[in-house]
Amino acid sequence: MRPEDFEFLSRMLKRRSGLTLNPDKVYLLESRLTPLARRRGLDGIDALVAELRRTNSETLAREITDAMTTNESFFFRDRTPFDIFERQVLPMLRQRRAAGKRVRIWCAACSTGQEPYSLAMILKNQEAQWRGWSIEIIGTDIARPVLKKAEAGLYSQFEVQRGLPIQMLMKYFTQVGDQWQLAPEIRSMVKFKEFNLLESFAPLGHFDVIYCRNVLIYFDQPTKKEVLERMRKIMPSDGVLFLGAAETVLGITDAFRPVRGQRGMYLPADAEETVVAAAGGA
Amino acid sequence: MKSCLVVDDSKVIRRVARRILEEMNFEIREAADGKDALESCSEKMPDVVLLDWNMPVMDGLEFLKRVRALPNVRQPIVVFCTTENDMSHIRQAMEAGADEYIMKPFDREIIEAKFSQVGLM
Repeated sequence: MRPEDFEFLSRMLKRRSGLTLNPDKVYLLESRLTPLARRRGLDGIDALVAELRRTNSETLAREITDAMTTNESFFFRDRTPFDIFERQVLPMLRQRRAAGKRVRIWCAACSTGQEPYSLAMILKNQEAQWRGWSIEIIGTDIARPVLKKAEAGLYSQFEVQRGLPIQMLMKYFTQVGDQWQLAPEIRSMVKFKEFNLLESFAPLGHFDVIYCRNVLIYFDQPTKKEVLERMRKIMPSDGVLFLGAAETVLGITDAFRPVRGQRGMYLPADAEETVVAAAGGA
Repeated sequence: MKSCLVVDDSKVIRRVARRILEEMNFEIREAADGKDALESCSEKMPDVVLLDWNMPVMDGLEFLKRVRALPNVRQPIVVFCTTENDMSHIRQAMEAGADEYIMKPFDREIIEAKFSQVGLM
């Protein structure tokens, strides 16, 4: 593709979604946008960019952003962050939130919903222990199409086999044609919302746990820092943040600290020692 | 090195599974049906069996029942790998003592995910 077209697209993507696209990612643009161009009856990515320049269409700009920011997701992806949730985070919350019996969890950039639904299944498995509690799980993403899929809770045979134990499939899914649908009792535990991480978090409220995995890798340093520091402001000092396996706060912000021995788990830098100990990082 | 017995009447499937599993550092043996697989198990019990359902001579479910009925052996982990993809087959397999269940077609990612769920990786 032409360098000026690349420039044009990457500026637009950065402005709209924070996505930073280096020139070595041209292949990504081509593989994601060629199908979009074809669907619109266009020849390829050059024609697509020409169309966008000519019409300045908001719909097209949005479709391009959606296509570029949609990412693969698996149930129980990387496992560890879910094991930690079950073994460390939930017992800690049950103790520390016993007075208000209210917990709020945010899956930022949840794509097609596997991450919040994995958390919902873990909670459902220990339902008896949470009777009388209000537990909110909110999944947000910038891309509208993935949220629609998330809400439907419909997954392909491939998707239900990557990370989902067969026992969970048997317990919480029913077969619908050649797809598998999550049970209404799990779907109703998660609320999905269209949301851009570059915007103010104020409308979302405060969270005890934030999962923000494999999103920051697409942002440049200043954007990463800014997003993390705003996340710190919407959680209490005993809140918990999860980042992706290839991500870290180190060298980006002092707002959070990693927890020794718990990969991907971060606590506010000013968390009390008792919280650090409860998190397993004493 | 852990050992895996790949049981499938299709030579092509066995070859694909072998390639994936060898890359995952498993030592592979093959069997073309349940009876063949039982014989292989009586020579040397593998750590894990990747098991097709529909095969001539003896099917996968029958093989599984017979293995689970063997006294005084170190029971292998059994992962079904079959085109049977409806809930009643899945239930039947799990009730008979399977540890995990793969619905064909499969790829490396699915095998890795399932093997890691049963603690093989």
